[in-house]
Amino acid sequence: MTSLATTEAEAPARAEPRRSGRLLMASAVAVLVAWVLVPIYLLVVNAFGSVAAVSAWPKSLVPEFDLSSLAFFANYAGVPRALLNSFLVAGLTMVMSIGLGAPAGYALARFRFPGANLFRLAVLMTRAFPLPLLALPLTVLFIRVGLDDTIIGLALVHTTLAMPFAVLIMASLFLSIPEELEEAAWTLGCSRLSAFRKVVLPLALPGIAAAGIFAFVISWNEVFAAAVLTIENKTLTAFLLQSLDVSPLPLKFAGGAVLIVPALLFLFAVRKYLFSLWGIANR
Amino acid sequence: MLRLASGEKVLSYVLILPASLFLAAFFFVPFVQVVVEAFTGEEGFTLAHFRTMADDWKFGPALANTLGLALVVVPVQITLALVMASLVTRLERGRDMVLYVFTIPLGISDLAAGLIWFALLEQNGFLNSILYGLGLISGPQNLLDYRNTAALFAAVVVAEVWRATAIVLVILVAGMGLIPKEYDEAAEVFGAGPLKRFFLITLPLLRPSLQTALILRTILAFEVFAVVAVLAGNNLPVLMGETYSWQFDLQDHKVASAYAIVILAISLAFTVFFLWALRDRTREAAA
Repeated sequence: MTSLATTEAEAPARAEPRRSGRLLMASAVAVLVAWVLVPIYLLVVNAFGSVAAVSAWPKSLVPEFDLSSLAFFANYAGVPRALLNSFLVAGLTMVMSIGLGAPAGYALARFRFPGANLFRLAVLMTRAFPLPLLALPLTVLFIRVGLDDTIIGLALVHTTLAMPFAVLIMASLFLSIPEELEEAAWTLGCSRLSAFRKVVLPLALPGIAAAGIFAFVISWNEVFAAAVLTIENKTLTAFLLQSLDVSPLPLKFAGGAVLIVPALLFLFAVRKYLFSLWGIANR
Repeated sequence: MLRLASGEKVLSYVLILPASLFLAAFFFVPFVQVVVEAFTGEEGFTLAHFRTMADDWKFGPALANTLGLALVVVPVQITLALVMASLVTRLERGRDMVLYVFTIPLGISDLAAGLIWFALLEQNGFLNSILYGLGLISGPQNLLDYRNTAALFAAVVVAEVWRATAIVLVILVAGMGLIPKEYDEAAEVFGAGPLKRFFLITLPLLRPSLQTALILRTILAFEVFAVVAVLAGNNLPVLMGETYSWQFDLQDHKVASAYAIVILAISLAFTVFFLWALRDRTREAAA
């Protein structure tokens, strides 16, 4: 950015092509922003259209703010339950991912112990596998232990997806909190635990929350394992997938819109962390 | 970090124990189980499930479609993400806002993305309505005709590019942030234009991020499932969809596991290929 400004000041003769270049850049950005937003907008138009408008021809590009499609969706048999299930599975996934990932991340950040690299490798390895496929053998195991078609069973599979992220995110989060702060607390009479609780935890809390939200979204959006593992206790994604052939258009579009709302809200909440999260998680 | 009192050693193992046990129980064990399921019958080792899989007429198309989709989608995503990342890093105002918008699809599931594009492409959908409004067509066209495999393929490509370019973008933007500005500035001082700087400075220095993005996106591309289910139903078979229907509709876990092995194998093969193809050659030369 700075280089651009200085060269422009030094070479006024080149200012003209720069300006047209900037115009080109602005229009490219505008086109790409539209490419992302317009399809979402159109789904929202459908979701806020009346049941009749959704199947009408030709379609209006302006939403009519009619809630009948959404009401139809909300009252459709199985939807409220599926919505609740999605929330429960995602919530549980979030709790388990953080509960398992935070201690492991702390250990990786603070101690160099034999086996640390092996553990890190094992965590990274999970990333190179199509994890939802692991739901296949787990159906058999879950039937044996009574976890088939349960919220917990599915949350366990989703935790396999989300926990490796949580470990890596936590490791770098704790690494970014100076160890000296902890040591100072010890010299002032804190135990390791109380130093962690009073010094490290408050500093780490926003990052932990962001990692938790991340885990929530991973679970909320997951389709394959959810569809394979649940029958009666379907999540929203499993429900929508399995009713694709039979569901009327308003149900599909309202369902799609409901599916993206929490994800967008959460993403907005963690936008500050997004790049550090992904930068870390993909190193 | 370098001190290692025995108490700390114990503490670190206590801390990683729950996560390790969890990974063992829900990653390694099921992984071994998939392999066992796929390769064993009532009389021990067998390739019968793979034969059943390969004899099904849908296997060939499913494999071809999955590989074909990955082959088309991933390069488009990498290119588009490079364009987006270059634009964003050069923006002087509104950088964060634009980045946020570009990354929105990151939070959208493949199922929702499929539904979003279904709203555009279905017979009474928005694309037809817009084309009709512009006087380009006389009535609703069936864009997702089940007999037109090429059109279904194209629809899935568009939806996948729309949905999953964001993850590549995030990896590349994070990677670009690690490249020292001085290199680019030095090249500019020596008279290199923006394109030359991009291809000779940015792109080579971005290699580790590109490698990560390629591996991650290719593996995810082989998992393509819900987008296809929404836009093409059963008319564009893909590996993950076949796995699902053998497992859920046909209730044959063995053949489903065989499909899983195929997906695992091609994922692993491509991971190894990208690790090799994009390895750090400078270090090799030094050694």
